[in-house]
Amino acid sequence: MLTAILVMAGIAVALGAVLGFAALRYKVEGDPLVEKIDAILPQTQCGQCGFPGCRPYAEAIARGEADINQCPPGGEEGVKKLAELLGVEAKPLDETHGVTKPKSVAYIDEALCIGCTLCIQACPVDAILGAAKQMHTIIASECTGCELCVAPCPVNCISMVPLKEDLGSWKWKYPVFRLRQAT
Amino acid sequence: MTASAHILKDSNSVTRVMLLVLACLLPGILTYAWHFGWGIVINLAWASILALALEAFALRLRGYPLKPFLSDGSAVVTAWLLALSLPPLAPWWLMLVGMVFAIGVAKHLYGGLGQNIFNPAMVGFAVLIISFPAQMTQWAAPLALAAQPLSFGDSLAYIFGGGLPPGVALDAVVSATPLDTVRTGLLQQHTLGEIHAASSIFGGIGGVGGEWVAAAYLAGGIALWAFRIVPWQVPVAFLAGIWLTAGFLHWADAGRYAAPWFQIATPSAMLGAFFIATDPVSGATTPRGRIIFGLGAGFLTVIIRVFGGYPDGVAFAILLMNLCVPLIDAYTQPPVFGATRKK
Amino acid sequence: MMELQRFPGGIHPEEHKQESSSRPIHAAFVPKKLVVPMRQHIGQPSKPIVKVGDRVLKGQMIAEADGYVSVAMHAPSSGIVTEIGLAAVPHPSGLPDLCITLSTDGRDEWAARTPIDWRNTDPAALRGHVRELGIAGLGGAVFPSSIKLDPAGGPPIHTLILNGGECEPWITCDDRLMRERAEDILEGARIMQHLLGAEKLIAGIEDNKPEAIAAMRAAAERLGLAIEIAAMPTLYPGGGGKQITKTLTGLDTPSGGRTTDVGVQVFNMGTSYALARAILHGEPLISRIVTVTGHVLQPQNFEVLIGTPISELLLHAGERDGTTGVIMGGPMMGFDVPDMDVPVVKATNCVLAKSKELFPPKPRELPCIRCTQCVPVCPAELQPQQLYWFARARDLGRAQEYHLFDCIECGCCSYVCPSHIPLVDYYRFAKSEIWAREKEKRLSDIARERHEFRLFRQEREKKEKAERLAAKAQTKRAEAPAPGDAEQDAKKKLIREALARAQARKAAVTPKNTDNLPPEKQAEIAEIEARRAKIVEIAKQPVEPEQH
Ligand code: SF4
Ligand code: SF4
Ligand code: SF4
Ligand code: SF4
Repeated sequence: MLTAILVMAGIAVALGAVLGFAALRYKVEGDPLVEKIDAILPQTQCGQCGFPGCRPYAEAIARGEADINQCPPGGEEGVKKLAELLGVEAKPLDETHGVTKPKSVAYIDEALCIGCTLCIQACPVDAILGAAKQMHTIIASECTGCELCVAPCPVNCISMVPLKEDLGSWKWKYPVFRLRQAT
Repeated sequence: MTASAHILKDSNSVTRVMLLVLACLLPGILTYAWHFGWGIVINLAWASILALALEAFALRLRGYPLKPFLSDGSAVVTAWLLALSLPPLAPWWLMLVGMVFAIGVAKHLYGGLGQNIFNPAMVGFAVLIISFPAQMTQWAAPLALAAQPLSFGDSLAYIFGGGLPPGVALDAVVSATPLDTVRTGLLQQHTLGEIHAASSIFGGIGGVGGEWVAAAYLAGGIALWAFRIVPWQVPVAFLAGIWLTAGFLHWADAGRYAAPWFQIATPSAMLGAFFIATDPVSGATTPRGRIIFGLGAGFLTVIIRVFGGYPDGVAFAILLMNLCVPLIDAYTQPPVFGATRKK
Repeated sequence: MMELQRFPGGIHPEEHKQESSSRPIHAAFVPKKLVVPMRQHIGQPSKPIVKVGDRVLKGQMIAEADGYVSVAMHAPSSGIVTEIGLAAVPHPSGLPDLCITLSTDGRDEWAARTPIDWRNTDPAALRGHVRELGIAGLGGAVFPSSIKLDPAGGPPIHTLILNGGECEPWITCDDRLMRERAEDILEGARIMQHLLGAEKLIAGIEDNKPEAIAAMRAAAERLGLAIEIAAMPTLYPGGGGKQITKTLTGLDTPSGGRTTDVGVQVFNMGTSYALARAILHGEPLISRIVTVTGHVLQPQNFEVLIGTPISELLLHAGERDGTTGVIMGGPMMGFDVPDMDVPVVKATNCVLAKSKELFPPKPRELPCIRCTQCVPVCPAELQPQQLYWFARARDLGRAQEYHLFDCIECGCCSYVCPSHIPLVDYYRFAKSEIWAREKEKRLSDIARERHEFRLFRQEREKKEKAERLAAKAQTKRAEAPAPGDAEQDAKKKLIREALARAQARKAAVTPKNTDNLPPEKQAEIAEIEARRAKIVEIAKQPVEPEQH
């Protein structure tokens, strides 16, 4: 019995040493925390988290002033990643900040647009082109889908169009692997 | 829609793998029965019935379909391995307890086929040997030495009823294994030479009968390798591990430590090398990892046999190495194609 | 005779080549309707240059190459453009894509064809012609050939390999092509050798095609072409780019690299043929040889116009009752076509009709029992079972660490798996998920930059406004000279400062442990960066199997 315990202890010590060595050897010094958090946030810049953009939210998390589950565009996936990074328990998204929606881009009905430039001022990533009294257009590839331009429009000509899947964006699905009977 | 091959290799299936394992066990079983009587046959049948019933019960509880999982044969393999590891005249309830732990706990609580970390049969064995050491050391005496061999009916009656035919003493049908005999003798401060001289249980290199069973396992194991069901690394490394460790000890003190041949020619070592340590689910998967796994298991087997408190070490050795598998696998990744030429 | 090497892994599935290889190639027929997808090759889809209602001639360009990684598209027959829009295409997703639909007039009237004097043409211009003539790899990867024929930007190409492996069961289109049109193939090889400057030319043909080997050898003799024609042992996936390179040259393509990294370029037989037709006869790539086999009355190879609906092709080969589906490509790497009316495209080497007898439904999957039968068959020497565990657990990082991107999706592992797990499905899933995430990451990086720039701009505007107000007040007070210059300067200075700030910030976020490292560490980091860049590069391309 004693030997068995000794053997096990020996193995444990040896393995521990290996692990410790590996941890030291492969250690990578990374970016400062705020950058790491910011890199996880989706950069939609929608402000739903209660901060004026992703970076302020990242700073708030880093200071410990904000919870990690306030970003709807990032979704559960984002919360999980933040939890992993910060070494805390993941939690469901805080619904008071909104729910995760499929990614959309804004679309301006150009026939209605009066060229008031209010949307341009709202757009956090300068994804709207246009000048005063001219028709405005959205650069779809730059639009993050933050919806901030929708409310300011005085003639309600902006709508959000969900992105459709096409051959370029299609993904292989997670294989259906049915071991159990469907219940 | 699938991206995987639309065709499959003919007739390759989990069932086939498991049936081959069972088939390759047959020579060992027949030899076993020849030398030790009907007990093992009865126990194998009883274990198989238990395994299928328990497996079906567990699958039902977990909401899995019965047919594909029962017919995969893995439960029967577990049953046979456990039955072959127990004394052939083990009472029926011993097998029941062992199988409940093997199938119910070690296999299904860990997620069923393919998910268990530990070899189920060895978990069953370990539980039994810790809980019922007395029953676990009552091995059937080789028929050649038994005063009065038990008939089929007698064995059945003994296993399920515990009663021996009138006029037969327990000592006449059971005896200690050679390993046990050595252990007890050494504890009583005898030398190996004296122990050998005092007991009739020792055969040419191993125990009477037992050495032949070991040889039959070896033959079946080689067949299993020829079918490409088990990799050569595990058995070779396992036997080498036993050989080297036992050889070193024997070299250090031949009076106290049995010769490496003796350690290898035990049924449990051969069964362990070819049929238990090679269990894919709980073993290492990389080639180098398998060598480490085998060597480690062989080393621990001898260490536990010689210095530990239990009659045999194969089960504990393999369980301990099972624990190390994720680590072994992670650190023995073979290079991928073209990795040596990486710029 | 050269010495052949054995690549790791591989399997011997039942060949089923006899069915279709005994009949000659059936001449092209013109269907009523041709549907030409714009995305047939890897890279940017072609851009239509015709309008609905236009009459086009056979071989006339109807869509131009959009950028460097792209090729042009041509009308496969003469007729009227009836539609430019989304239509069903052969793709595992079943999603429609942009296509040009022609209604043929049956006259099959050629546009003007101009052969090119390739020996006296500037290589860059010649490659331009290759792109304009729509040539892309016909082995399955459909990579624009003009790029593969550009030796610049990599180690020099010393060996050009003509890939006649055709290792997938059932497929015989290259076999028949070699038997019947060997000279054209070799003419094409000559042009490619010229463009690449390769010293050595090797054709590797699996030894289950003795007639093709004989035909190629005879043709080489007739043309007096210095080419080594090697009979390779039949072993799937011997026609994979890295595998054939190993077999014929003994060179190991680096993990994560391409065969060009070791100075070898591999082209499919069909591509070489198409190139010869294009350059020597001015015929753009508008047709290809397609094996129609499996559950059909008359399995055979067809010369098929690109855009021909698969249903029509099946009619020609004799459709049979009990067809349970159609695979485009071979049984190992092909996929079920979602709709029988999808057109034949440049990648279509085989149309394989399934029946219950030939392709019985797969038995139920069981959990992985870690038997590692999948390991010895993997040509990339991966541990398929581990990749599977990681992909299944969605542990994409680990999958990538364990060389997921070296997997060529050959399907050997799923072929032998006793648990019948569709392993490649998991690898595909993991790969496309990783690509999607990289893309998302890029987009969010762009968004971050634009947002930061906007903040900076707002800041600047605010300051400017304040300054202007201050300046105005001053002018009013002192009627001093216009502060225009000073204002301009201040503005410039502000921008400079902001730029410097931005740069400093950028510098600050790069990992700090990269300074003060020994050179080997630096090299390691550089290599990792290169690999990342490569993965990003790969990620830009749509999911396509390796060439075969
Ligand atoms: S909620 Fe909007 S602004 Fe806040 S972190 Fe998420 S994407 Fe950025
Ligand atoms: S265009 Fe509208 S939805 Fe899109 S990023 Fe700008 S403000 Fe947000
Ligand atoms: S599909 Fe990928 S993992 Fe499977 S055998 Fe082929 S290369 Fe290996
Ligand atoms: S062949 Fe299948 S069951 Fe065996 S290890 Fe590979 S994936 Fe697992």
